Amino acid sequence: MAVAAETISGHRGLILEEPLLFEQGSPEKCGVDLPPAPPTGDHLAGLRRRGAIGLPGLSEPEVVRHYLRLSQKNYSIDSGLFPLGSCTMKHNPRLNEVVARLPGLGDLHPLQPVATVQGALSLMHTLAHWLQTLTGLPAVALSPAAGAHGELVGMMAIRAALEDRGDPRRRVLVPESAHGTNPASAAACGYAVDAIPADARGRVDVERLRAALAPDVAAVMVTNPNTCGLFETDVQEIAEAAHAVGAFFYCDGANFNAIVGRVRPGDLGVDCMHINLHKTFSTPHGGGGPGSGPVVMSAALAPFAPVPFVVKDGDGFRLVEHTMHAAGKPFGRAKGFHGQFGMFVRALAYMMSMGADGLYQASADAVLAANYILASLEGSLSAPFPGPCMHEALFDDRFLRDTGVTTLDFAKALIDEGFHPMTVYFPLVVHGAMLVEPTETESKASLDQFIATMKGLAARASAGDAAHFRDAPHRAPRRRLDETRAARKPVLRWRPTDVDRAAE
Amino acid sequence: MRYLPLTEADREAMLAVIGADSVDELFRDVPDSARRTTPVDLPMHQDEASVERTFRALAARNLSPASCPSFLGAGIYRHHVPAAVDHLIQRGEFMTAYTPYQPEIAQGTLQYLFEFQTQVALITGMEVANASLYDGATACAEAVAMACRATRRRRILVSGGLHPHYRAVAETYCRFLSLDLTTLPPCWSGDEEPSPRVDADTACVVVQNPDLFGRVHDYSGLARACHAQGALLVVAVAEVVSLGMLAPPGAMGADIVAGEGQSLGNAASFGGPTVGLMATRDRFVRQMPGRLVGETVDLDGRRGFVLTLSTREQHIRREKATSNICTNSGLCALAFTIHLALLGEAGFTRLAEVNHARACQLAEALATVPDVNVLNRTFFNEITVRLPRDAGSVVDALAARGILGGVPLSRLLPAWREAQPLLLLAATETVNDQDIDALVAALREVL
Repeated sequence: MAVAAETISGHRGLILEEPLLFEQGSPEKCGVDLPPAPPTGDHLAGLRRRGAIGLPGLSEPEVVRHYLRLSQKNYSIDSGLFPLGSCTMKHNPRLNEVVARLPGLGDLHPLQPVATVQGALSLMHTLAHWLQTLTGLPAVALSPAAGAHGELVGMMAIRAALEDRGDPRRRVLVPESAHGTNPASAAACGYAVDAIPADARGRVDVERLRAALAPDVAAVMVTNPNTCGLFETDVQEIAEAAHAVGAFFYCDGANFNAIVGRVRPGDLGVDCMHINLHKTFSTPHGGGGPGSGPVVMSAALAPFAPVPFVVKDGDGFRLVEHTMHAAGKPFGRAKGFHGQFGMFVRALAYMMSMGADGLYQASADAVLAANYILASLEGSLSAPFPGPCMHEALFDDRFLRDTGVTTLDFAKALIDEGFHPMTVYFPLVVHGAMLVEPTETESKASLDQFIATMKGLAARASAGDAAHFRDAPHRAPRRRLDETRAARKPVLRWRPTDVDRAAE
Repeated sequence: MRYLPLTEADREAMLAVIGADSVDELFRDVPDSARRTTPVDLPMHQDEASVERTFRALAARNLSPASCPSFLGAGIYRHHVPAAVDHLIQRGEFMTAYTPYQPEIAQGTLQYLFEFQTQVALITGMEVANASLYDGATACAEAVAMACRATRRRRILVSGGLHPHYRAVAETYCRFLSLDLTTLPPCWSGDEEPSPRVDADTACVVVQNPDLFGRVHDYSGLARACHAQGALLVVAVAEVVSLGMLAPPGAMGADIVAGEGQSLGNAASFGGPTVGLMATRDRFVRQMPGRLVGETVDLDGRRGFVLTLSTREQHIRREKATSNICTNSGLCALAFTIHLALLGEAGFTRLAEVNHARACQLAEALATVPDVNVLNRTFFNEITVRLPRDAGSVVDALAARGILGGVPLSRLLPAWREAQPLLLLAATETVNDQDIDALVAALREVL
């Protein structure tokens, strides 16, 4: 490929370079018109800031252009297929955004008198009912801020329930294929973590699990469908084995999207599971949050669920905000105020839009799309485990053997093809893993284009064109970035240069 | 079903490629006893207009603070958010992107987070900030855990002026980590003196500025007392607009700042989602939880940004990570950073001045109401008053008159008897003279 000469401006057509905010503007400019402060006294006790903060000043058009240009350097679900396995990058409906911003929902204050927020509490109560019905579990803590936070809250409830029996126990068993958040959440609850290997079928090795189970085990944490995109066929045996030693069965619900409306985790023996509303229920990922991670719980754990929660009293609703006002034995509070209410609104709007029938179809389509990719790429890529898979198709790097192309190179080449790469090098139990999750919101045409691209790249790799991959991407706003340099000498903020300081 | 693009013909064709007769066959790994063949017992799908109508009806059952005089604060504040903010954060390229794991096609997210980190470090007067946490309360709990890691100590001393939700979340985290947390009783009549209680086992002291009651404090002396014992000072900031005017925690010697950033760019949204802030000194950066964005260059030598120092994080370190946190509050951080970009140095300062002036007017107006005692000598935009009777019933009576007249402290501190007559009121730039007049008139009627 001939490299175009550098442009005078530094821009390259629609790829517009954009300096940092701090390299633009001047301190006296302002993008907001504010009235002068009315003359009053000063009650700051002499604690007024001395000197300037150092913030740049820009007008509204400059700010709008800055962020528009930045936005254009991002790939997103709205841009195209975003097959990031385990992350469920499905369409984010805009109706959700509209209703979350309605006056009377978006502007509510969390500490208004309860009589003035009956609609909001009713909404939370309805969301809880949907989550309970879809999971077959009787209780739900809505407040966790994200999936990992939900894990933490779920494990705290488990520990509180065990402490109530007088035996908090010591260990938590987590499969090697688990998300890193699982062992980190267990550790944050004061538990030691023992890893359980996967078997040759990509499932939890049940014999090894049984061998590790003992009366000092507090819980088994299993992701189901698991991070290899497979349903844990022995899930009921795992639950029974855990219960037999008095342990709880925690399910990481990150992959609930595959089974929502078709399988209720409560029917599988699950005691506790968090639900990522930003995965299964379409709230936006927002470039990394905000998430929302409600946790459903069995009757045994329900009394230990944290405050706050909504209680229906006759025709009205009330909020239990303090452990001293609760009938059960809540372990405490894990989040400020009442949880990610804005995400509750969006998720419930999605649920009502889809309905029981739509959710039943959505999980079917998600699983169908993943199996279609798995089947279509058979012979081109290498899959470590036979199908059927659930909502994501897992490949390893055997098909790249002796080509000089790595999983990372392959992923970067996909960027030049206009796709976001799949999840790479996760799960850890597969060498050079590529985890592809198409979701149910891709058309067949979109899936076919992705499949054709994957086949073409695989053919190119086996044809010996490693150079094409090694330097990829070529067509993105940036080429490969030097992550080692970033970590070795961290530059985590802008600082004025010597020239700027001299000018001050 | 408008969100599902596959047609029946597509499904048939795809099943043929897979070699399956039906989708049910693909679910054959699910035990029969748990595999449903019909939808669960919930309502069927609905069109957009019907769903929207349902939510409008729910919204109509709430009193919208935008439609009435509102003096609510206590950790969530109503500020005017410029129209450009909400427009920009709803661009699909921002809203529907993921955590920037592929930096070549996520420079938009990475650059705004780098700018966000810089803004947070600047306004808090600290050296470095992360790419955000869930909210102020969890940020405060993470700060406590971080201080214990950094000092290898287990004792924490918490001010009675810390927001009760922040305190409660810190207590929860500490309980499960077997850390020893002591809270001083709430104290509104004078200054609490934590300094003498700081000893060689103390990991950190946690204070808030402005505190729960709205008072502002100089924590320089406390910082010195902490440092003399090798302990850290954690300063929580629940109203970030105060930093437009107040000396920042960094200037007072804070080691970790944990804040709530909702006031900039983000709607109250019944308390969430919001954006947790965390800033610290360079030397503690490797003990920090959460995402960090760093500057680097690409193969062509162009400046670019990446997630960095991930060896602290759960996806690498698993159970040995600094925190289990995976996400940040990306889109809320974006709203924060756009709002602050629009304000700039001059606007941020002016915004704080208008808030303070409104609170001064509120305090003066309330002082004219018989039996209402303004307790604060110092404040930024929030004050505590003592009423002649239970503040909760007064607030209910005000609400019945269409006024959201503040937060009764008993709602946050139900076990503290002295809270009964205390009312917390905030005045931001959204409060005008008519709002204050209406409040005062209603209070005269109600009391």
